[in-house]
Amino acid sequence: MVSLAQTDYDAIRLSAEVAIAANVLSLPFGFVIAYLITFVRFRGKVLLEVLVNLPLTLPPVVIGYFLLLLLGKHGWLGSLLHEAGIRLIFTLKAAVIASAVVGFPLLVRSLRIGMEAIDPQLINASRTLGARWHDTLLTIILPLSLPGLIAGSSLMFARSLGEFGATIIVAGNIPGVTQTIPLAIYEYASSPSSESMALSLCLVSVAISVIVLFLHEMMAKRMSRKA
Amino acid sequence: MHLSMNVHKGFESFTVSTDFTVSGDRIGIFGVSGSGKSTVVSILAGLLEPDNGEIVLDGETMFSSAKRINLRPEQRRIAMVFQQHCLFPHMSVKNNLLYGFKRCPAKLRTINFNRLVEVLKLEELLSRGVNNLSGGEKQRVALGRAILANPRLLLMDEPLSALDDSLRFQIIPYLKSVSEEFSIPYLFISHSIVEMRLMTDTVLVFEKGTIVEQATSEQLAKTRMGSNPVGYVNLLELADMAMRDGMCAYRWKDCELLLSSTPPDIVNGLFELSSKDIILFKKHPEAISARNLLECTVVDLFNSGSKLGVELRCGGGILVSEIVAEAARELEIVPGAAIYAAIKASAFRRLSG
Repeated sequence: MVSLAQTDYDAIRLSAEVAIAANVLSLPFGFVIAYLITFVRFRGKVLLEVLVNLPLTLPPVVIGYFLLLLLGKHGWLGSLLHEAGIRLIFTLKAAVIASAVVGFPLLVRSLRIGMEAIDPQLINASRTLGARWHDTLLTIILPLSLPGLIAGSSLMFARSLGEFGATIIVAGNIPGVTQTIPLAIYEYASSPSSESMALSLCLVSVAISVIVLFLHEMMAKRMSRKA
Repeated sequence: MHLSMNVHKGFESFTVSTDFTVSGDRIGIFGVSGSGKSTVVSILAGLLEPDNGEIVLDGETMFSSAKRINLRPEQRRIAMVFQQHCLFPHMSVKNNLLYGFKRCPAKLRTINFNRLVEVLKLEELLSRGVNNLSGGEKQRVALGRAILANPRLLLMDEPLSALDDSLRFQIIPYLKSVSEEFSIPYLFISHSIVEMRLMTDTVLVFEKGTIVEQATSEQLAKTRMGSNPVGYVNLLELADMAMRDGMCAYRWKDCELLLSSTPPDIVNGLFELSSKDIILFKKHPEAISARNLLECTVVDLFNSGSKLGVELRCGGGILVSEIVAEAARELEIVPGAAIYAAIKASAFRRLSG
């Protein structure tokens, strides 16, 4: 039987908020990066690809540590933000940034696959029919990238729900403030008497992931039928 | 339409270098695959930037490396019909048709949407998605979409090559009627001499990235007769079919032609007849298996490779036969000479109808 405490409900809510916010934050950047990699020829493209994919290969804890160095009070960006009165470390915003960075390669990868599947001649056709490049971007590339965008968002959402290493470094594990599902499970698992609570949250986590992946499959099928 | 194009574009293993000026509304670019035709078309449409040179269309500079002018594709008003239709898969037929139309400034819109839909017979297709159209329907929609963009020039980059023979010759009348009715000059790209003759007047011949010849489409067909495995293809509009002794009798100009292989429901149509299938006789043969024997007058003789082409006037129509020089001497074939042409009833092949 699944039994949840108030802090568990908070963790579920915070996980959803972090995953949604990380997605919303990453989508425009992900789209632009995927567009650049797919359609634009420029120097340093390989370097950009390496940088984008780096979080896939780095341990999340390492990413969290780098973020801490960057966004901390004495960090390169953190000191500037601190002067402006903005504090990120050990807030939900830091958890969102950590999730966004860790899930970003998955989003870009899926978007890129979606964009690479677009016949370049469709883009050429659009341009010769009088569309400017941003018009083509909005009317041809964006709609035809939707399957990739949906796939990428789903993967990133699921990855954000499971994000632990980077989040605990930059956002800490504060119940009701930054404690997401994996962090709550970690806390329960550290205490021998909370085994059933940990299991309950694990089941919730599994259920959310199944729902997200199920919705993703349904949308992907619908999109492929349309195409 | 007056087009002047002097451009150079280098690739790793291939260079396209053209310098030509051409006038007319039905221009062809002919060449084998890989000769650089599509590259030139892409450069003209603004989809590919040449290394240097100049392109001037009807007095307006599209590209000039010296003047640092390079109009973007949407500024050139040069629409394209692609080999693979390139319809937008996420849009209906109607939205595909209207894509260029909506982006054309209102003062430049001269094409009537409803009239175009009528000419291309697209009324029934408007609400449908493009993915479940037949190949011919897709190409008609692609043609309509390009025309509705109200271009000053239409580029047709091998628009028939993805279609099978029967569809190809069903689409040609649409291509011709649309460009004639809406007065849009076009550049038609193909590696088919027959398509060139049906669609164009002047042809630019491409070889290895450069233009080697500018000729009429008829001249092109004649000069290549000797090297073409099917010789010169005579294109005959046959009409008023009537059944006679189990064969199909058609009217062609002032002559009657008997055909053996036509389905009986084909009353009118375009047929091809190879120059190799026309046998010439100096005198009326006594008995002959060929079902068609036409009295002709020799109009002209022309050389094509090792072969000799004989242009014949038969009952108001012109046919081209292919013979060797020795035969011409033996039969004393000279312009003005009377001669008999025999054609087997099975030699005709229907292209459309």
